[in-house]
Amino acid sequence: MNPSRRSMLRAAGATGIVSATGLPLAAHAQAPITVGVIYVGPRDDFGYNQAQAQAAAILKKMPGVKVVEEEKVPETVAVQKTMEAMITQDKASLIFATSFGYFDPHVLKVAEKYPNVRFEHCGGLWTDGKHPKNVGSFFGYIDGAQYVAGVVAGHMSKTKKLGFVAAKPIPQVLRNINAFTMGARSVDPSITTRVIFTGDWSMPVKEAEATNSLIDQGVDVVTCHVDGPKVVVETAEKRGIMSCGYHASQAALAPKGYLTGAEWDWSTPYKELVEAARNKKPMINFLRGGLKEGFVKMSPYGASVSPAAKAAGDAARASLTTGDFVIFKGPLKDNKGGTVIAGGTKLEMTNVELEKMNYLVEGVVGTIPA
Amino acid sequence: MPATTRPSALSPSLRGWLVPVGSVLAGLFAFGLFVAAIGHNPFEVFATIAEGGFASSFAWQNTLLRAAPLILTGLAVALPAQAGLVVIGAEGALALGALAASVAVSPIAAQLPSQLVPLAWLAGGLAGMAAGGAWYALIGLFRARRGLNETISSLLMSYIAIAVFNHLVEGPMRDAASLNKPSTLPLPSESMIGSLPGLEVHWGLLLGIVACLLAQIVISRSTWGFSLRVAGGNPRAAMLVGLPVGTLIVMACVAGGASAGLAGAIEVMAVHGSANASVLAGYGTTGILVSFMARHQPLAVIPVAVLMGGIAAAGSLLQRRLDLPDATTMVLQGLLFVAILAGDAFRPKDQ
Repeated sequence: MNPSRRSMLRAAGATGIVSATGLPLAAHAQAPITVGVIYVGPRDDFGYNQAQAQAAAILKKMPGVKVVEEEKVPETVAVQKTMEAMITQDKASLIFATSFGYFDPHVLKVAEKYPNVRFEHCGGLWTDGKHPKNVGSFFGYIDGAQYVAGVVAGHMSKTKKLGFVAAKPIPQVLRNINAFTMGARSVDPSITTRVIFTGDWSMPVKEAEATNSLIDQGVDVVTCHVDGPKVVVETAEKRGIMSCGYHASQAALAPKGYLTGAEWDWSTPYKELVEAARNKKPMINFLRGGLKEGFVKMSPYGASVSPAAKAAGDAARASLTTGDFVIFKGPLKDNKGGTVIAGGTKLEMTNVELEKMNYLVEGVVGTIPA
Repeated sequence: MPATTRPSALSPSLRGWLVPVGSVLAGLFAFGLFVAAIGHNPFEVFATIAEGGFASSFAWQNTLLRAAPLILTGLAVALPAQAGLVVIGAEGALALGALAASVAVSPIAAQLPSQLVPLAWLAGGLAGMAAGGAWYALIGLFRARRGLNETISSLLMSYIAIAVFNHLVEGPMRDAASLNKPSTLPLPSESMIGSLPGLEVHWGLLLGIVACLLAQIVISRSTWGFSLRVAGGNPRAAMLVGLPVGTLIVMACVAGGASAGLAGAIEVMAVHGSANASVLAGYGTTGILVSFMARHQPLAVIPVAVLMGGIAAAGSLLQRRLDLPDATTMVLQGLLFVAILAGDAFRPKDQ
């Protein structure tokens, strides 16, 4: 198909000629829409970007939805131009900017220039009165899923030492380390989690070194919060220990040792946001959910997971899904002995206080650098 | 005067132009074969590259915006190359320049009335140049005084600079409000450098072009530039005629580091508003490619950087229009690089 015919068709779609002439597109009650999805890394990274790309793949199957994608877009003017190009060259009217660093200043700047295009950013920073109305943020509470993974890991560990390879000591990462540890310690309070910070989101060599170092310290279940957990999970499998995944499923990389994992299910917010955009419903500026809302999910249990561990994992998931159980509640101590949440205080998953987390809980072996 | 050489079929200056153009065409041809081999129509791919990078006002602005930082980081490699040095640590100098600018601009801008804010940018730019230049001065000194290989030392120094950058951004210099993306205190939006008149490209593009023009004039028209080229071409001969080779080496490094530092300062003042990990997007690394493709000629750095910016802009459309992976643009870059280096064999001797 030559470009001019394509642009003709696109133009026709945009002006509604297609529906007037009764072409097959008109059979759909809903208006066609072009959605742009931008990833900061490769779409097949077995991690953060793959989780987003899986949701984009589901959008592609929705009738009348055209998806244009671009991977490895850095958080510079490049992403500003990519968003603009999706709008001007591809006629996208909804943009999913999936990397945290895209938001400020890039999404905010381009959104002001294109007030009729919706920008949905993954990360959760939109503030009423401060940010443009055509910008929204969606995110998931994945600490619940990390807690469940911790419960399963706690049941499976024999050495009672777990390992966590973490990127940067930012609140989101600390929250995952803490939830995973607390899940494991709910099984056996003698369990500890050793954490190593690599310093950046994608450092494959350091991630492998960190994993090996953790295994040498006697850790027998390892998990991580880095962009691509591939190296961590593969290293664990090679060394014959167990692993829990993150972002997407890494089960295929570790058929023996993969226990479960905390995964995003971005198709839930993606579908809701696309429906709102194509039906001209009001802009959704703030959208979040956890296990209950289907924003996050668990990887299916691996072959080696014992029935007791499965039962405990299912029970933890059920109580987190109904909301009966709150992970972060007082009295809670950090790993230096200080009280971080006073007795009687319950911080529900949605509490913004948790988004400023700057401590590692009791049972985590390691310190926050800098 | 009788002719002393046989007239060549083509004059050297014409060949000087034909060789790089021919090399680019050969590289594009090889890319066409590659594209056909993986089952895409090369003509459709080339049409998309043209549309994405060069065929409209939007495409050109996209290209130029992406090229802007590459001009300065290309120059950061080209300047030390005049002294015969292969210095590849521009990413680190860029990081330090960004950091210096993020510290310098805000307090100065706060003191100034709005019409004098450009003075704060001047301060930010100078701070960035000073930081990058001082860092590179060490590389030059190591080379001049201790004979330390500048390629290795600049690469390692770059890692150190980036580690220092990360430590300061995530630690002592972190804005407490930047929770999940550690950054330094942001500049107020009214103190950001804007766009060139009539364009959506920031002033960094013009600064880069001016820097390249100045560098070319100094190198080809001044005594200093001549001394530098002699020192670069044959250090021993330069020393025999009494040139201060060590000083020239350090100066060339300082100029290169200042160029990379300025690139970092502009990224902070025109794009990001604060120093954070996003500033380190690999411009320093791409600058190496740019300078080598430009044969380390400051003036040639400009079109090569624009070509690289255009390939990046085109790569964006290739992904969206034809579902080609991002790696396609790297294949194109690589083929062009090899073609241009191979084209050297056909260059006139005096070039």
